Amino acid sequence: MSHDHDHHHHHDHDHSELSETELRVRALETILTEKGYVEPAALDAIIQAYETKIGPHNGARVVAKAWSDPAFKKALLEDGSKAIGTLGHVSRVGDHLVVVENTPERHNMVVCTLCSCYPWEMLGLPPVWYKASPYRSRAVRDPRGVLADFGVTLPTDMEIRVWDSTAETRFLVLPMRPAGAEGWSEEQLAGLVTRDSMIGTGFPRTPGAPS
Amino acid sequence: MNGVHDMGGMDGFGKVEPEPNEPMFHEAWESRVLAMVRAMGAAGAFNIDTSRFYRETLPPHVYLSSSYYKKWFLGLEEMLIEKGYLTREEVAAGHAMQPGKALKHGKFDLANVERIMVRGKFARPAPAPARFNIGDRVRAKNIHPTTHTRLPRYVRGHVGVVELNHGCHVFPDSAAMELGENPQWLYTVVFEGRDLWGADGDPTLKVSIDAFEPYLDPA
Repeated sequence: MSHDHDHHHHHDHDHSELSETELRVRALETILTEKGYVEPAALDAIIQAYETKIGPHNGARVVAKAWSDPAFKKALLEDGSKAIGTLGHVSRVGDHLVVVENTPERHNMVVCTLCSCYPWEMLGLPPVWYKASPYRSRAVRDPRGVLADFGVTLPTDMEIRVWDSTAETRFLVLPMRPAGAEGWSEEQLAGLVTRDSMIGTGFPRTPGAPS
Repeated sequence: MNGVHDMGGMDGFGKVEPEPNEPMFHEAWESRVLAMVRAMGAAGAFNIDTSRFYRETLPPHVYLSSSYYKKWFLGLEEMLIEKGYLTREEVAAGHAMQPGKALKHGKFDLANVERIMVRGKFARPAPAPARFNIGDRVRAKNIHPTTHTRLPRYVRGHVGVVELNHGCHVFPDSAAMELGENPQWLYTVVFEGRDLWGADGDPTLKVSIDAFEPYLDPA
């Protein structure tokens, strides 16, 4: 499956570059395999694991639980990795996950200006925009301008806190629970949690709005 | 190093362009690159800091014009050559021409896949007491190492406040250069937006970095 020719053209690249890169990547894999460093089936399994096991659904369940369970929320804000570790069924989580709470007074946003650090276990692999120069350059200086690119506007007097992920700590935003979802189950609430709301570049869905 | 990867505060890159329904990979080769990087790192060919350093040392024009996974690929290939795991002749030929070098953790096979789905542990026992307390004012040092560092340029010389202490962690500046883990205390330090960006900066903005103790002086 992973060896299929897949002709989605990325807008940044013309076809000749893609072909050359693809050939070089294949050549490297051949060399690593022939030298006995890697087993191709193990590479397939890594890809399959990323495609099926991690993703924003993990973070969404954590957020929904925090919205529903005040004791869990308190534990989550004190030690994210430890609290999520108690939810064996949600996701495995690495050390040093810091969960930061949005409030009516403060909005949090996460970036990695130096590379692309991102809470993979909670959110999956980062989207292209998160890893690209426009976001990495502007998030720490003009976050309101960046949010405007996402169609998001904050009250003018609200504090914006930007967390630059410069070490092996990872940050997950706990968005505010939207009104209108009183009495909803954790599973229903999880359906309101978007990936971007956990990065801080968006809000959760509004109950009743088309998703 | 003061490379183009250190982008915080730079102008001219344009708007952020979210892609609706973005696929996990845009090309199949991207997934192979991700898997090779994860596998060779787990096998012990390099640590995460070294792999970042090799991407940062791509020529600036290459870094800025390459897609994310292309940078990963270029960094991986060069790093494996320089560390002696393959040769330029093999890369040119597209085949192995001599036996492989021993890997610290052995061949990456199916039995290793499960363990790499959780991030590695970076906390280490403290070699000395923490120098700073929560609430302390600290100044990010005005340093310009030509090797790997995680102190971004935009905070250097500025005063912030210690907000969190994450314990002692592997020091990337040492680990990237294969000089050992050299564990250091790690703090979240928060800066006022206007201190970083001047009087025209957003008055509602606060920015934090996670800073290793050697990056900081008392203020």
